[in-house]
Amino acid sequence: MWTEVIQTLPQVVIDGLTLGAVYAVIAIGYTMVYGILELINFAHGEVFMTGAFIGTAILLTFSGIGWLAMMPAVVVLIIVLIATSILTGFLGMGIERVAYRPLRNAPKLITLITAIGISFLLQDIIRFIAEIKKGNYIVTGPEIFTNKIKLDASSILPQFQDASFKSTFLVVIIVAIIMMIGLDFFVNRTKWGMAMRAVAQDRDTAALMTINVNKVISVTFFVGSALGGATGVLFAIQYGTIDPYIGFILGIKAFTAAVLGGIGNIRGAMVGGMLLGMLEMFAAANLTGLTGGVFGAEYKDVFAFIILIVVLIFKPEGLFGKAVIEKV
Amino acid sequence: MKKFITILLTNRTAQLVLFLVYVVVTTASLYLAEKSVVAFLLLLLSILILYFLKIKTPLKWVIGLLILGVLLPVSASQGPSYQSYMEVATLVGIYVAMALGLNIVVGLAGLLDLGFVAFFAVGAYTYGIFATGQAANFMPFGTYPLSGESFWVFLLIGCFVAALFGILLGIPVLRVKGDYLAIVTLGFGEIIRIVFNNMDKPVNITNGSMGLASIAPPRIFGIDLMFPNQFYYVVLVMVILVIYAVRTLEHSKIGRSWKAVRENEIAAQAMGVPLVKTKLTAFAIGASFSGMMGVVFAAKQTFVDPTSFTLLESTTILVMVVLGGMGSLPGVILGAAVVTILNLQVLTEISNWMNQLNINGVLSIPDALSPVKMQRFIFGALLIVFALYRSKGLIPAKNRKYDPEQLKQTKGKNSKFLFLSKEKLKAYEGRENL
Amino acid sequence: MLKKKTTAVFMAATLAMGIISGCSSSNTSSSGEGSKDGKTVIKIASQSPLSGGSATLGEAIKLGTQLSIEDHKAEFEKLGFELQLVPYDDQGDPKKGVANAQLIASDKEILGVVGHLNSGVAIPSSETYEKYSIPMISPANTATEVTDRGLKVVNRIVARDDFQGPAGADYAVNTLKAKKIFVIQDKTAYGTGLADAFKGAAEKLGAEIVGYEGITVGEKDFNGVLNQVTSKKPDLIYFGGMYSEGGLILKQAVDKGIDIPFMGGDALDSSSFVDIAGEAVKKAYLSSVAGDATKTAEGKKFAEDYKKKFSKNIESYSAYAYDSTGVLLKGLADAIDKNGGKLPSRAQVRDAVRAITDYQGVVTKVGFDDKGDNKYGKIFIYKFNEASYPATMDGEISK
Repeated sequence: MWTEVIQTLPQVVIDGLTLGAVYAVIAIGYTMVYGILELINFAHGEVFMTGAFIGTAILLTFSGIGWLAMMPAVVVLIIVLIATSILTGFLGMGIERVAYRPLRNAPKLITLITAIGISFLLQDIIRFIAEIKKGNYIVTGPEIFTNKIKLDASSILPQFQDASFKSTFLVVIIVAIIMMIGLDFFVNRTKWGMAMRAVAQDRDTAALMTINVNKVISVTFFVGSALGGATGVLFAIQYGTIDPYIGFILGIKAFTAAVLGGIGNIRGAMVGGMLLGMLEMFAAANLTGLTGGVFGAEYKDVFAFIILIVVLIFKPEGLFGKAVIEKV
Repeated sequence: MKKFITILLTNRTAQLVLFLVYVVVTTASLYLAEKSVVAFLLLLLSILILYFLKIKTPLKWVIGLLILGVLLPVSASQGPSYQSYMEVATLVGIYVAMALGLNIVVGLAGLLDLGFVAFFAVGAYTYGIFATGQAANFMPFGTYPLSGESFWVFLLIGCFVAALFGILLGIPVLRVKGDYLAIVTLGFGEIIRIVFNNMDKPVNITNGSMGLASIAPPRIFGIDLMFPNQFYYVVLVMVILVIYAVRTLEHSKIGRSWKAVRENEIAAQAMGVPLVKTKLTAFAIGASFSGMMGVVFAAKQTFVDPTSFTLLESTTILVMVVLGGMGSLPGVILGAAVVTILNLQVLTEISNWMNQLNINGVLSIPDALSPVKMQRFIFGALLIVFALYRSKGLIPAKNRKYDPEQLKQTKGKNSKFLFLSKEKLKAYEGRENL
Repeated sequence: MLKKKTTAVFMAATLAMGIISGCSSSNTSSSGEGSKDGKTVIKIASQSPLSGGSATLGEAIKLGTQLSIEDHKAEFEKLGFELQLVPYDDQGDPKKGVANAQLIASDKEILGVVGHLNSGVAIPSSETYEKYSIPMISPANTATEVTDRGLKVVNRIVARDDFQGPAGADYAVNTLKAKKIFVIQDKTAYGTGLADAFKGAAEKLGAEIVGYEGITVGEKDFNGVLNQVTSKKPDLIYFGGMYSEGGLILKQAVDKGIDIPFMGGDALDSSSFVDIAGEAVKKAYLSSVAGDATKTAEGKKFAEDYKKKFSKNIESYSAYAYDSTGVLLKGLADAIDKNGGKLPSRAQVRDAVRAITDYQGVVTKVGFDDKGDNKYGKIFIYKFNEASYPATMDGEISK
């Protein structure tokens, strides 16, 4: 039993990293908005889904007019990523303007309602557009990276079995890492980033320091949603098939990852996402073996949630969260 | 005209008379018009108007009960849509009770719970397992399925089992605050659903995803309750009990402790409010309402499976509470009624009506945009509109106003306002005035 | 002050509305019933999920029903009746299904229902149909419980799980010579029922079930379960579930280098399955009660009409729904006949439908036994020789 676990470990790690990278970047979107507004942006999952659809639409148009065959895959990818990020960024900004800004002084839970309303709206709008264009809302995009790579893990340790993965895995990981490093740089080394951190820490004092709070919040939403949209493109490339309801499930999982890492903390979200992805993959691959058939792969969500609950019992602020000392 | 309106606003009898005329008109139109959903909704609206009138509260209750208990069923009973109205009304009742339960947890105690449907599932499965042959799989004694007469006992059992689960949920999350609590409760809701979906091996407890079918309907005095109009009365009585319970709790010591914990935990602790007990009580009581209604739901549908207890359900109930006005009893009732009626009746009727127009050639709508599919879309749009324009909720919570003079007059023992402990009562007895 | 004023105005307005609605709705109710151009209106309702995750399948059911009603409209006009379709969206939710069932029951013009997609919705809704004697024909419910309760109104044209599963097992073990099988199911009533039936039958035939795992509907990443498949090295994967997950599992399996046949049930029978799985679909087999629609003239015409009218390709469920509606309408015609050309009651239609023993539909032959199951259950096994839809028939297994 344990030999099997170790044998499949490299494959599980690779698959877990793919999934984890997706969770991590979406979790960053959640955490950024929470840090600034103390608001759980439930519509973020739908922004991600919209990004996936926009990316697939662009890819389909490209393959329709023949550009796909002409240009190298990397160039296509970069064009699609940039276009989708900008569009979803504006979508995110629009959502903030319409649904969150008027409610800034209202009880916090009301924004939950508008977020849910926007979720439903976006899901159905995308679904109608997809149905009108393609007759079915489950859309499969063209593949642009089709190489399969084999990793000779057995040469590292004899107990490991060989692992194989598609080249899309490398694409997803590399782009995700670039995005995360870019964001880290943006938040910690630029003026806008400093403004964002200031507003997150204390909104009124930041306003006193001549920071335009509304603009900063808009920029935060733009950046968070752009990242979410880009992740959507990565998701579409990795799995090929998308439908309007992926945002909901992934949104919940990414939110869990953000909480696991400590909500409001960007590095925490990255680690939380990766960790959650790997835990899920590990559970799916090994639960049956480990528990002798009592619990199967369908319990992997339960496994992930239990880990979350255990972490929160012992460290209620999340893994990287700072214990906020409340003063009265 | 202005004078008429001012008379209307101040004069009690004028309001009462106008209201009675309204009730008579809508009841008559419901009686005559048979299939008119508008009349049905207007009659329900009369309850809302009743709430805003300036007449004495006991009178309001009597009129309200008269309308709900007698006028509505009798006038609707003439048409073919009778059972469908009763079905909607029964579901409204079930959701009102659940929303009131969640209101205690979220609205009064300030604990954001996103997994509330888990307790509903627990109640439903409790009755379901014992009222079908399922229990024979693991219970060493007794003959199953239990007859419908056990339904009434199971209402209480469901209450307790759900309360137990509520406490079990509450214990690990005592230290967790705010939005972290949200995700943990969400996790619990999902865990319960997945576990129920999978508890068919090694011991078949819940029959997994196949669900439990042919649940025994409740039986009273030898009659099986099979039709929605019978369930309507059961649910009506239960909702009245729940409303009474919530009102008493809200204005009692425990209710004030909840509100204190909601506002500021540390200040509450400093004032001597036992944090653990207060939070656990909130979870337990909220869960028990849900469990009770779960039993009713299982008996009504005669079939339970895990697909009725998704995250979307929890979110819908939370929407009802927040939309109605957190912590406000009439608001939550209104929110639950509005959301349920929208989802189950109004939107379906509107899409049917538009479909009929489509068939008759008045409008032509491309198939992809057919109104039958637009229900979730319209619901989402309405949520946004409601939230933007009534951001404090439909009927925001109001604190009860106490008259300070009246409080001073009351002696300790006869006080309606203070639930005092024995030591304090003795202390007050010695004094002449408070 | 303003609030009280608005309350008063509001009350006066609603009072006025109450009076108006009372007058106008009595008008609509009287005109709603009865005639349109002198013909009596008969409505057929369809209940399937039109929004939410399984909406493509639910939509296929609705469109199949719609096409059948339009095709038979002329025939009923000659008898003096106007056929109309009333689609309902049950959102895959049992509560909504029951609430819609009540609405259907209260509309006296609806004489039959084609639906549902999910067995979990069909079972409670059929209790309501039974109370009002409205016949229901299911184009998709395979769970045994649906007809096992012995209700008079429930009929279905698809095969039960306990027939389709063993038929698949028979093919897998005897024709494909699979000795070690890995079973995956999607934890829904359909998937679990089918996979369990397959598993039981395969074990009886001597195959070894090396794995039995569940996945969640809506997920996209199945690498975890597939890792288990790689390590167990089976000869065949059997999947109980829908094409959206099945296609992804197949594609990801082939991407991982798992080069074995992949078998599933009739929910895989769709052009989208080919879209999703791509080239990998050549490894797939599926079992279905639908005969090959491209081989018969009616089948080809049905596929063309459907594509022309709705600009979508047919799926298994559209064909099933088309045939279900055809059977229902035949029962309706029989009932009208027996009633001397006048509008029959719901109970009469119900009995006439159950009495049908020989109806040839576009893709399947229908005859109901005393529980409402289809006597002519034949299971056809299909194989995908190329990455295109539809598949080619590879075998058939009868009762």
